[in-house]
Amino acid sequence: MKRYDLIVVGAGPAGLSASIEAAKRGLKVVVFDENSKPGGQLFKQIHKFFGSKEHKAKIRGFKIGEELLLDAAEAGVEVVLNAIVIGLFEEKEVTVKIEDKIYHFKADSVIIATGASENMVTFDGWTLPGVIGAGAAQTMMNLHGIMPGKKILMLGSGNVGLVVSYQLLQAGCEVVAICDASPRVGGYGVHASKVARCGVPFYMSNTIIKAEGTECVTGVTIGEVDSTWKIIPGTEKHFDVDTICLAVGLSPMSQLANMAGCDMEDNPKKAGLVPIVDEYGETSVAGIFAAGDVSGIEEASSAMIEGRITGIAVAYRLGFIDKQELEDKAKELEVALLSLRQGMFAPENRGKKIDKTEEGCDISENLLKKGYIAEEEIVRFPGFTRSNGTHPVIECTQNIPCNPCQDACSKKCIKIGDNITSLPSIDETKICSGCGQCVASCSGQAIFLVNEEYEVGYASITMPYEFLPLPIIGDKGVALDRSGHEVCEAEVVSIKTAPVFDKTNLLTIKVPIEMVDKARFFSAKADHRNEVKNGK
Amino acid sequence: MVNDRSRDIGEFVPAPDDDMIICRCEEITKGEIRSAVHDGMYTLTDIRRFLRTGMGLCQGQTCAKLVKGIVSRELGVSPADLEPATARAPMRPIEMKVMANDLNEEVAKHE
Repeated sequence: MKRYDLIVVGAGPAGLSASIEAAKRGLKVVVFDENSKPGGQLFKQIHKFFGSKEHKAKIRGFKIGEELLLDAAEAGVEVVLNAIVIGLFEEKEVTVKIEDKIYHFKADSVIIATGASENMVTFDGWTLPGVIGAGAAQTMMNLHGIMPGKKILMLGSGNVGLVVSYQLLQAGCEVVAICDASPRVGGYGVHASKVARCGVPFYMSNTIIKAEGTECVTGVTIGEVDSTWKIIPGTEKHFDVDTICLAVGLSPMSQLANMAGCDMEDNPKKAGLVPIVDEYGETSVAGIFAAGDVSGIEEASSAMIEGRITGIAVAYRLGFIDKQELEDKAKELEVALLSLRQGMFAPENRGKKIDKTEEGCDISENLLKKGYIAEEEIVRFPGFTRSNGTHPVIECTQNIPCNPCQDACSKKCIKIGDNITSLPSIDETKICSGCGQCVASCSGQAIFLVNEEYEVGYASITMPYEFLPLPIIGDKGVALDRSGHEVCEAEVVSIKTAPVFDKTNLLTIKVPIEMVDKARFFSAKADHRNEVKNGK
Repeated sequence: MVNDRSRDIGEFVPAPDDDMIICRCEEITKGEIRSAVHDGMYTLTDIRRFLRTGMGLCQGQTCAKLVKGIVSRELGVSPADLEPATARAPMRPIEMKVMANDLNEEVAKHE
C-alpha cells in the first residue's frame, strides 16, 4: 500500500489549489480525479471571472485552470487522472480504481474536493433526448466543440443559466427564451443584460409544462406559475426547440465525506448535504478536510481560496509549518474569501429580495423581471454620467464583489474605492482617453464608451463584443437596445482587438444622436433578431 | 420522528403524473415511490432497498434529490429532515471483474 502525506480527491479549483499549497510546503501530495482531464469545471469556463486581482479577476476560467496545472507541476504534485476514488475508510485508507484494478492508498490527511453535481427537475417529457443539463451543454461546446442544439430553451436564470445562455449564443445557437419559476432573475444583472441585449426574452415566474416530441425534443411548452407554483391556465406558451437546458442549481457531491463518517448537515444555504467543517475546512473526523463546492455551493473563485486555506492547514497539522505561518496565511486568505462573500449575492442573502444598493439607489426592477435595465432606470446609478467627448457609461447596478475596472483606467476616471462591492462611479474631473481598457476589463461586459459629439447629429458607442465573425469597419447593420430590439441603423466605425483585451473586442458603432442612451448592441443581420423575438 | 411508522400520513391518492419516470437508470416512477411510502418505506434507505432508486449506473446523481423531495412531500416533512441514504463503497459503479482483480492480488500475496 502506497503512502502519502496528503491525498486530495478531485483535481478541480479547490483540490488543485489545496495540493499546490501543501506540496509547496514539502508534503508528498497525490490528487486523484475520475476525469481524463484535470481542472474540474474550470476548463469549461470561457468567460472572465469576477473579483479583484487576488481572486484572478478578469482572467478567463480555463486560463486559471492552466495556471493551476503549471503551479501544481512546479510544486511537485502528482495528479493521477482516470482514477476513481470509490471509498474512504478508517485510518484514511482510500481505494481507487485505476484502469482495471483497485489500488489502496493511505495518507495522514485527506482533502475531499469532489465538487458538485447538477440538479434536475421533472416535467412531462423530461427524459426525452434533448433535455440536458446546462453543464452538459457547456462540456459539449467548450470542451468538445459540439453545438448542443440549434434552438434552445434555458430553464434557470442563475449565473449558470445566464453564462451558458451567452456561451450558446457565442457558439451560434439560438436561445429562444430563458425561463425561471422564480419571479426574479437569480444571477448577476450584468450576465442577464448581456444575454438580453442579444434579443433573448426572459420569462420570469414561468416553468416548463411539457417537453414535446416522441423520439427527441421538438418543442416545449412553458406557463406562468402562481405564488403556490401552480400553472395559471391560459398562460401557456409554445416554442419550437430541439434542446432544453436545465440550470436549476447544483448539489454538493458529499457522499465520500458521509461515508467517512464526517458529521453532516443538510443546509439550504449551502445547497444540500455537506460535511460540517471548521474555519480551516477540517471535518469532524480529524485529518479529513473538505474544500470547494462539496462543503457548500459557491463560485470557483471561493473554491480556490478555500482550497488554499485547507492545503496550508494540512501542512500545519502534519508539522510542516508552525502555527504562526498557518495563522498569518489563513488570515490573509480569509480576508480575500470574505470579500468574495459580500454584496447582494452573498451566501447569507440567498433568496432575499434586496430593494436598494449599498449606495441607496433603488434596484432596477426591470433587470430582475426582464433581464435588462430600463432606460429611465439607468440614469440613477453612479456609473451613468453625461459629459463632452468620449466617456465611460458603466451599467453596473448591483453590489457584487468585483473591481477590475478601477485598476484598468490609467486616467483614474473610474472609482470603486476600498469596498469591493461598491458600484463603480465616474470621477468627472478626470479626462477619459478613450483607450477602452475598462470596456475590455469588465467581466460583466457592462461598460460602454459613449461620445455624443462623434459627428454632427451622430454619437459613437463602443461596446464589448465577443462574437465571431467580427464585423469590419464600414459594416452596416442595426443597433439593438438593452432588450435586444432594433432601434436604428448603425455603422461600424471601429473595431479594436489587442492581446491585453483577451479576446473582448471593442466594437464602435455610429448611431443617430437621439439613440445614444438606447443603443447597446450591434447586429449585422436584421432579420435574425426578429425571428428570435417571435419564437420561431 | 420522521420514520415513526405509526404516524398517520393518510391514504395513497393517485395523481396524474404518477407514471413519470424519476429514477432513469432503474426506471422507477413517481407513483411507485409515492405508494412505497404508503407501504411503510419512510426512509431514503428503505426506498432504495425496496425500489432500487439511485442504485443504477448514475448512482443517484440525477434522482437522489428528486426522490428526497417526493418522499418528504408524501410524509409532510421538510426534505432536510430526512436522513440521507447510506453512502458506501463503491462510490461509483465498478465492474465485478475489477473488484476480482483486487482479490487476485491479495490471494497472490498470501500464496
